[in-house]
Amino acid sequence: MELTDHVISMLVIHRECCGYCGACVSVCPEGALELVDAYLTVEDSCRGCGICTKACPVGALEVTDEEPV
Amino acid sequence: MKSRYDFLVIGGGPGGAIAAGDLAAKGHSVCLVEKRPAIGAPVRCAEGIGKDVLADYIEPDERWISAEIRTAGIVAPDGTSMVLEQEMAGSKVGYVLDRKIFDRELVWQAAGKGAEVHVKTRATGPIVENGAVKGAVLEACGEVHEVRADVVIAADGVESKFARWCGLDTAVPLRELMSCAQYILTDIDIDPARTVFYLGNKVAPEGYAWVFPKGDRMANVGIGISSRRSRDGNRARDYLDRFVAAHFPQGKTIEYIVGGVSVCRPLPCTVADGLMVVGDAARLSDPMTGGGIFNAMYTGRLAAGVASGAVSDGNCSSAALMAYDQAWRHSKLGKTLERNWRIKEYFITLSDEKLNAIVHSMARMNLKEFSVFNLVKELIRHNPKLLLELKGLHDSLNIPA
Repeated sequence: MELTDHVISMLVIHRECCGYCGACVSVCPEGALELVDAYLTVEDSCRGCGICTKACPVGALEVTDEEPV
Repeated sequence: MKSRYDFLVIGGGPGGAIAAGDLAAKGHSVCLVEKRPAIGAPVRCAEGIGKDVLADYIEPDERWISAEIRTAGIVAPDGTSMVLEQEMAGSKVGYVLDRKIFDRELVWQAAGKGAEVHVKTRATGPIVENGAVKGAVLEACGEVHEVRADVVIAADGVESKFARWCGLDTAVPLRELMSCAQYILTDIDIDPARTVFYLGNKVAPEGYAWVFPKGDRMANVGIGISSRRSRDGNRARDYLDRFVAAHFPQGKTIEYIVGGVSVCRPLPCTVADGLMVVGDAARLSDPMTGGGIFNAMYTGRLAAGVASGAVSDGNCSSAALMAYDQAWRHSKLGKTLERNWRIKEYFITLSDEKLNAIVHSMARMNLKEFSVFNLVKELIRHNPKLLLELKGLHDSLNIPA
């Protein structure tokens, strides 16, 4: 089994940077992001593609590879 | 909150407020929900709008006019600047608004006409029966309400989640989502009656930087770049910080605003059974300027007109609501959006050298009326060197020779 089978791409939100503007929400191909007032949420449908990380004006989003728990 | 209204409007920006107010004025029961605790805040806008287009919607009031604009300046990548004076810009110059007050005023007007308004109330999903939208599930401070309506108007802005939940693909292509950052700077030397636009691939790749006055020594200073050009160390905020350091090193930041603006084509269809989509949520912001306030109010009003008739006729199918989609698409606004999208697609390909040539050329032109269309028309007339390149654009715009 290859290592990639064990790795899950996860979206990390740096809440201390997030300006809760919703730019990321509008580009998510899965509709996985939502802005609940001033709080960004990620649903399970996120596949860690990283498109949202580029739309973010401040760099509050990051995709990291993590071992499944 | 009742469990049933004629209309449910999702979002308390200019599009939602105009739609709700118009519908209430016609005697319909209307519920408008805004997920934020306050209308108009936080601002996610550069706040510029043409003077002439506002008059149909609201009486000008100094309480929400931060600055009255008489001239527009454009600065080339090489620093050459040109100014469109009032007579060149015509009589229809603009305002820089105070959106916190402006948006509140529009919602207050809607409430005054009889619309019910609920803040800190968020739609979490549509109610769908037999493929038709019949209302929405709303959440207010942990309480869940099922609210039914004959038509739901999605006016939820750039995020545009509601229409998406209803099956319309509202996702913006990454390259066509402008990643934006803006400061309100105070204590800066500006012309308080002039908006200034800065072009250039180093300044703002595929976008522009702007200085929109908010008073004698205060302005919205912001930048938008294509998201595809955004990366660590070169995000919108980084570009903005460099721009401010270069132009307004003494400025004091009193507000920090970020946001996304779509510059794609509008949604291919802005209605479904029991659903209408207006403003930014329908991807109706202008692809050249990024402006969306008027477009939202205009489509909010059109939607209200069609929706009112549909409810009176007892037919809220997408076929019945399609008159709204067709109306804005064939309006001056719809045509302008398509044209400006084509112009934008051309402009984002330009090198700094070409942008310089264009601004140099503009400085020699006598623009009778400042609009994107006239600008391109005059550019083609005045700049033979650019003509070959502009020819494709020229043909696609059907500009008479």
